[in-house]
Amino acid sequence: MDVSVLFFLTSGIFLGWALGANDAANVFGTAVGTRMIRFTTAALICSVFVILGAVFSGAGAAHTLGKLGAINALPGSFMVAFSAALAVYLMTKASVPVSTTQAIVGGIIGWNLFSETLTDSSSLAKILSTWVICPILSAVFAVGLFKLLNWLLHRYPIHLLRKDAYIRVGLIFAGAFGSYSLGANNIGNVMGVFIPASPFTDFSFAGLFTITSIQQLFLIGAVAIGIGVITYSKRVITTIGGGLTPLSPIAAWVVVISHSIVLFLFASQGLEHFLASYGLPTIPLVPVSSSQAAVGAVIGIALVKGGRGVHWRVLGSIGLGWVATPVLAGVVCFVGLFFMQNVFNQQVYTPVHYGISEPVLRKLNSEGISGHKFNAVVGESFNSAVDFTHALDQVPSLGGNTYPDVLKYAKLHDIFIDPSLLVNLESGTLSKLKVAAVRLLAGRRFEHEWQLADALAELEPEWQTLPASKFNRIRNKNLKSDLTYLYRLFSAVD
Amino acid sequence: MKFDKDIRLFRRTRALEAEIDKFLDLLSEGGLLFKHAVRDYLDHGSCDEFEDKLRQVNDIESAADDLRRSIETQLYSQTLIPDARGDVLGLLENLDNITNRIEGTLWGFSIENPDIPAVYKEDFRQLVEMVVEAVEAVVLASRAFFRNIDAVGDHNHKVMFYEKEADKVSTKLKRAIFGSNLDLAHKTHLRHFVENLDNVADWSEDVADRLAIYVIKRTH
Repeated sequence: MDVSVLFFLTSGIFLGWALGANDAANVFGTAVGTRMIRFTTAALICSVFVILGAVFSGAGAAHTLGKLGAINALPGSFMVAFSAALAVYLMTKASVPVSTTQAIVGGIIGWNLFSETLTDSSSLAKILSTWVICPILSAVFAVGLFKLLNWLLHRYPIHLLRKDAYIRVGLIFAGAFGSYSLGANNIGNVMGVFIPASPFTDFSFAGLFTITSIQQLFLIGAVAIGIGVITYSKRVITTIGGGLTPLSPIAAWVVVISHSIVLFLFASQGLEHFLASYGLPTIPLVPVSSSQAAVGAVIGIALVKGGRGVHWRVLGSIGLGWVATPVLAGVVCFVGLFFMQNVFNQQVYTPVHYGISEPVLRKLNSEGISGHKFNAVVGESFNSAVDFTHALDQVPSLGGNTYPDVLKYAKLHDIFIDPSLLVNLESGTLSKLKVAAVRLLAGRRFEHEWQLADALAELEPEWQTLPASKFNRIRNKNLKSDLTYLYRLFSAVD
Repeated sequence: MKFDKDIRLFRRTRALEAEIDKFLDLLSEGGLLFKHAVRDYLDHGSCDEFEDKLRQVNDIESAADDLRRSIETQLYSQTLIPDARGDVLGLLENLDNITNRIEGTLWGFSIENPDIPAVYKEDFRQLVEMVVEAVEAVVLASRAFFRNIDAVGDHNHKVMFYEKEADKVSTKLKRAIFGSNLDLAHKTHLRHFVENLDNVADWSEDVADRLAIYVIKRTH
């Protein structure tokens, strides 16, 4: 095992710690702020359920690689994770609840700029819409739920003490459930990128169950999140749980629940899949963030009470924090990458080359993108996505909307199905049929990623991409994640 | 195990609910005994029946004290109702004060043995009637604070009414006493008892006022 892997792992641990310190407030902030649950109790429940969620639900294919999967060199991932962690840490120090995912996306944009990779323009739009739409949706749910609950309590009064006990139990359950999802959804971002370099091996526990190397890696990340919750989450908890506006215990519960509802309804591809499979109308998926949802819900409650109790200065600094997080992460990442590359002599990205060869032309033709247009660029090699796009600009009558596809097929990636690496697949998340198909390709070499994907699809229906639809979305996403894992594992590029 | 703990939480809650109910029952019982004790005194002076009721009120007062302490300790040690804990604490202590005043007034009758001329006895009876009605109403208002906060206002309204009625009777009584030919020492002695009785109603009104504020805090 390479010692440097352990070093690079530290930024994942730092990111995990920062995430725990910031995001625990979304699930337990109001409960602790209203003194319904003691901080130590909340931190303990949160840590335990984050670990359970990360280890048992986080290792599913949908989450494994996380956002950082886009970064193609370990030192680059280290820097992106570090810059995101630093941005989240600084925001936590300033008691501002922020989105860790946005910090990571900011870091990735910094890496994209440095490595001359194109940034998907939708990721910026996603960040912007999350700042506005997510809090509004959450506020609407919070107001509705708060009014409904007050009406019910007015209609069917219960004893003050019993109400207190019910809310307390409700807060504990909602918090535990929220912590479980927090662990399951975020561990990929924290640790996913280190899976191919995982220094662990599977081990079986008294023959009863096996803990895979991924689960061990995720356990470390989850423990880091847990430590973040216990050691440093009080600041942001204070902001959510009373710094923005004083909350009653009922309001505390409403905030946690409406935040969870928004995340479940508007971000759950599982729900979309379920509805689509029964032919029911689906709820549009919008980019949401736990922190933005929690802040939105708190503000919603404050407004329904007349808006008098809102501390606008705190709200202002939260807004500034939201903008500052991705920007800061991006800038830190860019500067950090420069130092890592030029001072510490680390390869922070693997240059991606592009070229349109005969097979690529055939593939483009079969995908409905006319091949003859590319005569001017055929045979040439380009050293970055930016260079290649400049060249594509010269191609007559090529619409900008076809660029992503052309880039995908023209991307050169030397992939060698090294028979000695096949053993790594056993502990992964791939199904047996998928692994069997990969085994059949042992010893083969591919020039483009799509060639491997096509070869696998021919061998095994499970490797086939299904037509894009709401019903197939999760399957295709998992497939893409599995393929990315293979591209990385069998990459023959240094 | 966690579920077990939750069940325990509910069981503890029910036990505490029962203690609060018992505390309010004691207060109500104390009020009724007070009424009967004063009537006994008016009818027969410091007789056995009166002394017996005084003893009962005495027991009730110390039982209520114990209960109050136990409730307060549980509220704080188990960090229950964090948002209303201070209010409940204030409410219980002020309610407890009503029992203390009732007990103090009865001890006054027992020790000082005031000589109440027959002509004022009916007014004294009426006064104690109004005072105890006010106490009963404040007990109901307090119960409503725990069980059905919207109903607190209805009961509070009655507390105010009976307190005013008690004021009217006591003013009338004091005017009559000081307009009479009794000697000044006797007059001031009687006034002292009128005021002690009336104070119980005044204190009930103070509790009702506090309750009204607690309700505003919890519903707005």
